[in-house]
Amino acid sequence: MIKTIIHFLVFPGFLFLSVAGGFVSWFDRKITARVHFRKGPPLLQPFYDFIKLLAKETLIPKNSSPGLFLLAPVISFTATILAGILIILPAFGIESGFQGDLIVIIYLLMIPAISLIFGALASGNPLSSLGASREIKLLISYELPFLLTLLALVIRTDMSIKIQEIISEQKLFGPFIGSFSGALGFIVMMMCVQAKLALVPFDLAEAETEIVAGAYTEYSGTPLALFKITRYMLFFIMPSFVVILFLGGFDFKGWNIILSIGKVLLIALLITLVRNTNPRVKIKAAMKFFLVWMNLFAILSVILAVLKY
Amino acid sequence: MGIKEYCFKKSLWVFHIAASPCNNCDIEILDCLTPRYDIERFGMLLTGSIKHADVLLVTGMVNKKAKKRVKELYDQVPKPCVVVAVGTCPSSGILFKESYNFAGPLDKVIPVDVYIPGCPPKPEAIIAGIVKFLNKK
Repeated sequence: MIKTIIHFLVFPGFLFLSVAGGFVSWFDRKITARVHFRKGPPLLQPFYDFIKLLAKETLIPKNSSPGLFLLAPVISFTATILAGILIILPAFGIESGFQGDLIVIIYLLMIPAISLIFGALASGNPLSSLGASREIKLLISYELPFLLTLLALVIRTDMSIKIQEIISEQKLFGPFIGSFSGALGFIVMMMCVQAKLALVPFDLAEAETEIVAGAYTEYSGTPLALFKITRYMLFFIMPSFVVILFLGGFDFKGWNIILSIGKVLLIALLITLVRNTNPRVKIKAAMKFFLVWMNLFAILSVILAVLKY
Repeated sequence: MGIKEYCFKKSLWVFHIAASPCNNCDIEILDCLTPRYDIERFGMLLTGSIKHADVLLVTGMVNKKAKKRVKELYDQVPKPCVVVAVGTCPSSGILFKESYNFAGPLDKVIPVDVYIPGCPPKPEAIIAGIVKFLNKK
């Protein structure tokens, strides 16, 4: 019981995830600044932002339905912590999980987007509802290629849907990215991660320059802080998920610690560079990109996995 | 100084209200975000939504139509917030003060914390003004 609570609150749970996520999101902002030839924010910036938002007033709009409006950030926060625990615990080599935890993770990673949609629609702001409708369309389009790449990996691990077995398979036969199906799947996965994190080519739901702050428009104070910290945590969880699935997971013996941290930062760097070198696409183009091209790549990856390439 | 005030100072999100300006001050504000001045060093960001704002940068002489909107926007900011009058127009009204459309300097509409005079003020002056205010507080 106490072990469960510690898992939820301290080690792979809230505290660890938010500190690591804050660091990765600072890394993202710093790299963005360096790409622009700027100096960038200080290391503790995510922490300052979070504390400041907690200390601010929370405003509830007149036309909103307050219950759902305030519940949405809490749901997305909790679901993210749970997904983080299920992903990070096996990555650290701690015996955990159950047969089928990959499917639970898929659902838990979908919840932040869905609760954002609920919160935005509950806020009663036209710009928020525009952001929510875009988020729904994006969710429909990127979820299928995401599932197909995971299917390819499951086929490679002899139909095992357990994170721990995917990692141990890679420990035995080398990381999945070294094969054709793995490399194709990696490309698709990176694009899906970009959309899941709502970063620039696919940041349609909160497009600052068009629809104010999109789905986040009406949020202020503590609920916004919860959404912020959810974003920080996802910024650590998604790169480590990619590392576990494609780059052979983590290893904490001797110098391999630096290699493991390097892997996560490498994925974060890739995400940031894609974000900084691309314009925002229209929703139609985003849907076409995922539904046609990424699905094609993902299906190819599945076929190659069946043929054992 | 408590941790709340410290974090507030370190992470100011700026909302920009154009209360009928001539656009000169607005361009100088945008200059603050460029690589040369880069106010993200101090944790400042430009936000689009008034609900995320900590600082209201008001430019332009406030005319009769803008007055109502400025008041409304001030009511929508989650407190605590800082109001900064950028340029001479919101501070005093200079050559527009005799105009039929002039609705008083900004401090008659909403409480102002910092005045940054200049027509337009340089980006250095804008940054210096905010830094001086934060050190005083």
